Parts: sequence; C-alpha cells; structure tokens
Amino acid sequence: MTVERDEVLTADPAERAGAAALLEIRDLRIRFTRGGRRVHAVNGLSYRLDAGQMLAIIGESGSGKSVSARALLGLLPSSAEVSGSARFEGAELIGMPEREIRRRRGRDIAMVFQDPARSLNPTMRIGAQITEAIRAHSGIGRKEAGERAVELLKLVRLPAAERRFHEYPHQLSGGMRQRVVIAIALAGEPRLLIADEATTALDVTTQAQIMQLLVELQERLGMAVVMISHDLGLAASYAQHVVVMYAGRAVEYASAGRLFGHVRMPYTRALLGAVPLLEREPHAPLPVISGQPPDPAAIPKGCAFRPRCASATGRCEQAPPFSEHEPGHWWACWHPAEDPPGGSGGGGGGGEDGATR
Amino acid sequence: MTETRAGDTPLLEVCDIVQEFAVRGPGGVKGAVVHAVSDVSFQMGRGETLGVVGETGSGKSTLARSIIQAPRPKSGEVRFLGTDLMRLRRKALVEARRDMQMVYQDPFGSLNPRWRIADLVEEPLLGYGVRSAARRRERVRELLDLVGLDPGVFAGRRPYELSGGQCQRVAIARAIALNPALIVCDEAVASLDVLIQAQVLNLFERLRSELGLSYLFISHDLALVKQISDRVAVMHLGQLAEIGPSEELYRRPMHPYTAALLDSIPGLDPVTGEARRPTPPQGEPPSPIDPPSGCRFRTRCPLAQARCAEERPALRELAPGHQVACHFPLNFPLDAGPAATTGTAARRTDAGLTDPGDISFP
Ligand SMILES: Nc1ncnc2c1ncn2[C@@H]1O[C@H](COP(=O)(O)OP(=O)(O)OP(=O)(O)O)[C@@H](O)[C@H]1O
Ligand SMILES: Nc1ncnc2c1ncn2[C@@H]1O[C@H](COP(=O)(O)OP(=O)(O)O)[C@@H](O)[C@H]1O
Ligand code: SF4
Ligand code: SF4
Ligand SMILES: [Mg+2]
Ligand SMILES: [Mg+2]
Repeated sequence: MTVERDEVLTADPAERAGAAALLEIRDLRIRFTRGGRRVHAVNGLSYRLDAGQMLAIIGESGSGKSVSARALLGLLPSSAEVSGSARFEGAELIGMPEREIRRRRGRDIAMVFQDPARSLNPTMRIGAQITEAIRAHSGIGRKEAGERAVELLKLVRLPAAERRFHEYPHQLSGGMRQRVVIAIALAGEPRLLIADEATTALDVTTQAQIMQLLVELQERLGMAVVMISHDLGLAASYAQHVVVMYAGRAVEYASAGRLFGHVRMPYTRALLGAVPLLEREPHAPLPVISGQPPDPAAIPKGCAFRPRCASATGRCEQAPPFSEHEPGHWWACWHPAEDPPGGSGGGGGGGEDGATR
Repeated sequence: MTETRAGDTPLLEVCDIVQEFAVRGPGGVKGAVVHAVSDVSFQMGRGETLGVVGETGSGKSTLARSIIQAPRPKSGEVRFLGTDLMRLRRKALVEARRDMQMVYQDPFGSLNPRWRIADLVEEPLLGYGVRSAARRRERVRELLDLVGLDPGVFAGRRPYELSGGQCQRVAIARAIALNPALIVCDEAVASLDVLIQAQVLNLFERLRSELGLSYLFISHDLALVKQISDRVAVMHLGQLAEIGPSEELYRRPMHPYTAALLDSIPGLDPVTGEARRPTPPQGEPPSPIDPPSGCRFRTRCPLAQARCAEERPALRELAPGHQVACHFPLNFPLDAGPAATTGTAARRTDAGLTDPGDISFP
C-alpha cells in the first residue's frame, strides 16, 4: 500500500476532534547539554491519552521514554531545555511554575519506577511511608491516614496488609515492594499513573500479577495509565493504545489491536520480528537488522532510522512527518510496509480499528 | 533416566546435586539454611542445548556455579565428559574447565575496562599456554571475526568504547577461544535491547552449528529459552519440576508450575498481531529457608491435594525424555483431552480478573 501525503487525515494525534483528552502531548522536545555536546533526548513527541485508558510507550533504551515522562512531573534536572506542549486536563505542564507542579505531583499524575527498592525509604516502616504520603496530599489526621494506608495496601492486594504495615521494605519480596510503591502512588488519588518499566525487574509471574493489578485499578478507579516498556508482548496484551518511539520521536501510534496486525513503520516491524515469542519454533533464526540506535548527540538528518532501514531511499533524507495515514493509525515513514499476505487483514483480534477513543 | 546414545559418554551428567548456604533467618536467628539447590539430576548430550528456566531465587545460577565447581556443591556428582569434577584437585579442575566456559549477564562488568579488546580475547589463550605470540594474534583475529566484530575496527578499542551487544560479543569470543564443548550462559542476553538481543541469539545459534557447541542456557524468559533450546529444565525453589524436549514441554506442560509460568507470559501472534493476556498464579513464592513439606509448589498449586503436603513427588519419566516431579501431572496420560496450556487462545479482552472484590479509593 502506498500512502500519499494528501491522504493524511490530521497532522497531529493530539488534534483529534471529540472529547477533551486527559493528556495531550504535542511536539515535545527535550535537550540536555553534556560535556559541551547537545543531547537530543526527545525530538518532537506527540500523543494523546483519554481518561481511564492505558497507553504503552515502546522503544529501545535511550529512545527518550523516561525523559519524556519525567518532564510531565517536572522531574528533569535544571540543565534540561524543554519545549512543546503537554496539557493535562487542559492545563499546560511545560513551563508551569515549580511550586504549582509540585503541588500537582502525585495528585494529578503519579509515577512508579523500575526499581521498587530505590523508591522506598529502607529505614522507615511501610505503613509510615504510606501514611506520610496520604497526609502530604490530604492533611487528614494521623489515625485516619493510617486506616486509609491499610486500605490502600489491601487495594494493591498486598498479602497480610495489617502485618506488613509494620514491616520494613527489606522484609518484602520485590513484587510486594512494587505493590507498596503503587499504593504510595495512589495516595494522592491521581487520574494518571505513569509506570516506567515498573515490571521489568520482576519475574514473569510477578510481572503478570502487577500488570493485572494496574488493569484492575485502571478499570475500577477510572485511572489512566501510561506504561513505559520495551516489551511488545506486554504492551499488546494490556494497553489500549501504543506509541512506538525511536530516537526521541514517535514513529508509530495506533490502538494495540490495530497496530500489531498492521504494522507500517519498518522499525516497529523490526522490533516485532526480533522478539522471541512462544509462538515460534525452537532454533528458528530471528530476522535481525544491523546497527544500533543513533547517538542522541548526533541524530542523522531525515529519518533517524535510515542507516538501519532496508526500505530506505533518497527520499528518506527528508524527515517523514508523523501523521494519521489511516483512521486512528499514525506513522512517520515514506515507505510504509504492507500487511503480510497471511496476516489478519482485520480478522481475529486485530479488528479493533478506528479512531482513538 | 534417559540415556544418551549408547556407548557415547554424555557431555554432562549431574547427579543429586545439593547446594545450601548458611544465613540468618527471619528476625536475625542464626543457623538458618537456604536450600538453593536440592537433589538436582539431569544429563546433557554432546552438541545439545539445555535451557533452564524458573523464577528468581529458584536456584538457576547456583546450579550453574555448582556445575563449574565455583563453589563446589555440598554433595552430588558432576561428570563432565566422563570425569567427576567433584573429585578433581585444583590443577586438574582448571584443566577440565577449559572445555566449559561461562558467559554472564553484565556485558561491561565481566570485562576489565582498561584492557584492549585484543588483550581481553587473548587472555584465555595465554592462560592455557598458547605459546606463540603470532599464533595468538592470529587466533584473536579469527575469534573476533567469528563473533562478528571487525578486528581492524575493534581490536584496539576498550570495553567502554563498545555497546552492550558488542561487549557481549567480546565475552563470547573469550568463551569460545579454547574450543570448549560447553558454554554456560547465565542470563547472557538479558540486559540487551531486543534488536541487539536477536543479533546475539543468532550468533549463539551460528556458533553452535559451526563449532558443535553445547549451551546450558539460563534465563527467566521462557520464550527466549524456547528459541534456543533442544530441551528445557524448569526449576522451582531449588528442585527440577520438569525437564523435556522444548517443543513438547511448551505444548504440553505436565507440571502445574510449568503451566503457571507459561500462563504468565503475554502472548503475541507475530502474524495476526493478536495478543493474549497472562493469567498468572496468585500468591508469593515460598521461602527457600523454610520450603513447604512434600511438593514445594503446593502453596500456589491449583491442583494440590493432601498427598502433596505429605510426600515429595519424585522426578518420573512420563514420556520419552520428558520427566516430571508431580503427583497429579497435567496432560497425562497424553491422550487425556486437550492440552492445558495457553498456546493459541486469544483472551485479550476477557482476561481474568480473579475476585475483583470491590475496589474504590478509600
Ligand atoms: N552465597 C549465597 N549465600 C546465601 N544464599 C544464597 C547465596 N547464593 C544464592 N543464595 C540463595 O539461593 C537461592 C537461589 O539463588 P540463585 O541465585 O541460584 O537463583 P536464580 O534462579 O539464579 O535467581 P535469578 O533469576 O534472580 O538470577 C536464593 O534464595 C538465593 O538467595
Ligand atoms: N540528565 C541527563 N543529562 C543528559 N542526558 C540525559 C539525561 N537524562 C537522559 N539523558 C539522555 O537522554 C536520552 C533518553 O533517555 P531516556 O528517556 O532515559 O531513555 P529510555 O527511557 O527510553 O531508555 C538518552 O540518550 C540519555 O542518555
Ligand atoms: S522513512 Fe525511509 S528510512 Fe525511515 S523508516 Fe521509512 S523507509 Fe525507512
Ligand atoms: S505434586 Fe501436588 S502440589 Fe505439587 S505440583 Fe503436583 S499437584 Fe501441585
Ligand atoms: Mg527508561
Ligand atoms: Mg541467577
């Protein structure tokens, strides 16, 4: 399939008509200066997330996933230069005064990181840490906050919550610690939870339990979730929408059901081909592409994927725009791939087409 | 026990290995013991790749270290190419280990940052007495070529000038330098990004067929292990739960723990893009300090019965080359109805929220 530029429906996923989004990121750019060199960590990222939905941000390490998320909470070092727009319920987060953003942190948007051990204070009991978080947000009394803390620990399904309340982080397993970290993140009743590789360090069994918990919280509390991951299988199974990032840019965006059956961007296709999946036979060679992601201090002109792309032509020396080429499906590529002959073509579970809800 | 081709010594025979560590127990009490590996036995044939999977703390790394005698296990037997490594003294052990190399997870940490790549790859050759400097230099070039690093570009660099995937290639070049028969890979590709990981996995496969290597391939990623292994061993809390041909073990897991692990990984059909949501077992793995009586999986097993608390299930061969330690195995006898594993079912939308309870903000 060849898609001409004039078929483009909208230039920007954040510009879709309809109900106001919970979060709208538009052309977000983040630069650092390191050792006299400009590091272009995020180079024009756009996506939109509606209330109560789960969005996955996928990409290799260094593609700008964490930096773009931290920017929303004002958690970047002062050396970072941030431009573009990030609106949360209409309020512009980029350039918001530090006091205001700190007041909103945890209350609008909360974040959970990969390493639960580092998010917790090792010298403080679990209960005290959650109680403190609750009081920081609501200013209620210690006793009432303590009761809420136990309820939160039950909400995240920490086994024996009352007993654990009095324990220290080192007495808990990695999975239990991550539940506690999530409980703390929920203390401010955020409308958006960002989980940055929150299950990457965990076992498959624990990972699935934590993801199940996030879905449960998302569905029952109406909380939106941004899950940052490099695991395509995880994104496909849990998220409603997926953004694929490469070298600081969004390169493909669609509903999960749509995306994985109709991959357009060669980079996404390469990622999908390289994942070992249970569905493959033992010893089947993995289709590989050569090379490495570009140095963020020296991103090539035009399409950043060009040096590794088998479909590249002279045209790719111009940067392809990131636009909606098919309903609900954005990508940035001059030569998008077609559906494979044996593919679903909309059959099976790939039929969740259409506009972003 | 399965016998590899008659008359042919197996590559590796592991018999009843036990490894335990003295630690402080709950509340700092002295005298607690971590049962890291308890009576593990298996064999590997020459040229065969055995994958080892299991949750964190199940004893995979301890098993690997016990095999290479670092440290020596408490008891058991490890026969490598017919020699019992447990009986070997220092020098003889060093000599035997020449045929058995390790590749670890951390690509940077395992290489001395001050050395040039050429020196790093030359080191094992020196250690095992390849005298001629010219011969060593030639071999270094050969090895770098084999692992896909252009010697002209990389020989003079140092580890910090390499990416993670390139460092792992250097570690692999070191491991194959002395033509070993077995390479033990402990999470060897776990820290690499998926595209680089695929390159390194393909390198492992190529070296296997070109050099006739065997791998003991440890990973917590079941799909990755399936990719590379002829047979797979599933470890649970220091014991072998199941071991068998990979294709069959994934298609028809007989141990409820294997089935639970398989049900915990997200599925994604590479052609249709259909996804499957995991349905993990509930509950926490028990402590290796005080493992449950009988079957160590019984506290999380949906099939557990009274017998499972009383009697430890022995590893039994239930199909050719397929052994299982369970009193009430799944998919057995083999014609007992449809496979219990996940495989193809698309459960993306209705994935189980067991006992939703009533959840609301407090
Ligand atoms: N030197 C040691 N002293 C005390 N306990 C140890 C020691 N080495 C390992 N253990 C314990 O033995 C058990 C098995 O550990 P091991 O590292 O072999 O697990 P693993 O399967 O490799 O886990 P992972 O997937 O996290 O690497 C664990 O309970 C671990 O804490
Ligand atoms: N404080 C910082 N100073 C300079 N560069 C940074 C800083 N934080 C992140 N970067 C760089 O920005 C890029 C994107 O990083 P990150 O968002 O953490 O990637 P990801 O989360 O996708 O792995 C990387 O090249 C990283 O090295
Ligand atoms: S724009 Fe060109 S180089 Fe970039 S992904 Fe598409 S085909 Fe490849
Ligand atoms: S022996 Fe019993 S508890 Fe153990 S796996 Fe089998 S059925 Fe489950
Ligand atoms: Mg990150
Ligand atoms: Mg280990």
